[in-house]
Amino acid sequence: MDNSIKEKNPIITVDDVSIRYIVGDFREIGIKEYIMRRLTRNYKVREFWADRHISFTLDRGDMLGIIGTNGAGKSTLLKAISGIMVPTEGRVECNGRIAALLELASGFDGDLTVKENTYLRGAMLGYTKAFMNDTYRSIIEFAELEGFEDRPFKQLSSGMKSRLAFSIASLVNPDILILDEVLSVGDGAFREKSEAKMKSIIRGGATTILVSHSMGQVRSMCNKILWLDRGRQIAFGTDVGRLVDAYEKFLEDKVLPEGI
Amino acid sequence: MLTRLKEHSFLFSELVKRDFKKKYKRTYLGMLWSVLSPLLTLLVMRLVFTQFFGRTVEHYTTFLFCGNIVFSYFNEATNSGMSTLLSNSHIFTKVNVPKHLFLFSRNTSSLINFGLTFVVFLIFCIIDGVTFSAATFALIIPIICLVLFNLGVGLILSALFVFFRDVQYLWSVFTMLLMYVSAIFYSIDGYSPTVQMIFHLNPVFVYIRYFRIVVLEGRIPSLELNLLAVGYALLAMLVGALIYKKCNHKFLYYV
Repeated sequence: MDNSIKEKNPIITVDDVSIRYIVGDFREIGIKEYIMRRLTRNYKVREFWADRHISFTLDRGDMLGIIGTNGAGKSTLLKAISGIMVPTEGRVECNGRIAALLELASGFDGDLTVKENTYLRGAMLGYTKAFMNDTYRSIIEFAELEGFEDRPFKQLSSGMKSRLAFSIASLVNPDILILDEVLSVGDGAFREKSEAKMKSIIRGGATTILVSHSMGQVRSMCNKILWLDRGRQIAFGTDVGRLVDAYEKFLEDKVLPEGI
Repeated sequence: MLTRLKEHSFLFSELVKRDFKKKYKRTYLGMLWSVLSPLLTLLVMRLVFTQFFGRTVEHYTTFLFCGNIVFSYFNEATNSGMSTLLSNSHIFTKVNVPKHLFLFSRNTSSLINFGLTFVVFLIFCIIDGVTFSAATFALIIPIICLVLFNLGVGLILSALFVFFRDVQYLWSVFTMLLMYVSAIFYSIDGYSPTVQMIFHLNPVFVYIRYFRIVVLEGRIPSLELNLLAVGYALLAMLVGALIYKKCNHKFLYYV
């Protein structure tokens, strides 16, 4: 009884989410400047809405592609979904374990070895030691990093780094997988392998969010699509083909389509 | 709370391992440095101050060491704890992890250093002819309080450091001044009762005094001193926890 209700609940609910970002020179100034500016009422913080009124829901097994130009608010939205940021307005609800891969290969420690980094990342994603002991071999195999395990991470090539990051996140079988510009990593052979892996994860019932600038990828893999432009939600829907066509047209003539 | 703690225990242990490896990377003596540096300070202080204070204070080496061990633990824990949040910003802006874990793991390595120094301290006490009694076990109270106090101060400093980098310079001046008013190398017995009271406003002094009463006088300190020791620790933790709770999602904008 309980289970059947759970099945029907969406895995991710994003309900009228708005995120206000603050920028300004407050990062650069020290205590003295801060106090001076407060006193002279010269202290300014600029605010802008990185995301405004975004709403969508995802069910089990959905794969959402998020498209939009740079600065559209894609990464900020992903941060809200993965719990790193809290929405200023609205509500994000996730049912399940999230593995988020934001800005790949960052968050690794250059001085630690590949093995140590793998365990650290696994721990960050919320997995147990026993689980990592079991999975470690297959992670290294999938990333094709046998023989590099005791090398410091900073000695790896950037392709290797990304491969490792992808392997860890995908082999730990998350309920929700968030990929930010990840599938474009590695050489052709690895890209094929990672796409195949993604497809098998989706078949296994995971809900995936993919941010990509490769329209071919979005077209072939996603069943839902969300189009953002400067924080606004232009479209959300299941007719991936039509929306990608519209987006490609927009990229050419820079005119947002009406009433899509 | 307990289940959350268990959930993150693996991450915590991995972070502790990382901090240890990074700290002693490319050092020949490794962890030995952590014991050596308070010992060297002790040696210098012993040489310099024995002429002035050593004649009036019994067991002056132990007396000095009590002050030194408490202060250097406080100094190391807070100074290294200050940068934890900022230096781990590449992690918490990408992965959703509890942010206080970074400070807790860094403080764990400070605590281990303190533990090692503490063993050396006990050996020195024996050499200095200090007799231990059942009361010696009471040292566990100031140690626990000190751990909590350092964590609390570390939470406050690491949060402030994200917002204002001036904090590190202010703090290094502050700790140096604090060292002089913590009565590490002198006794406060010569001061008037009012001034002696004022000394107790300094938490570090309270912990040093606790150590000295237990080790040198072989008794458990008064209820007032116990309350002060516990009170300072809880206060620091409370303020630190509140700051973290309030700013939890604000740190992101400043790193």
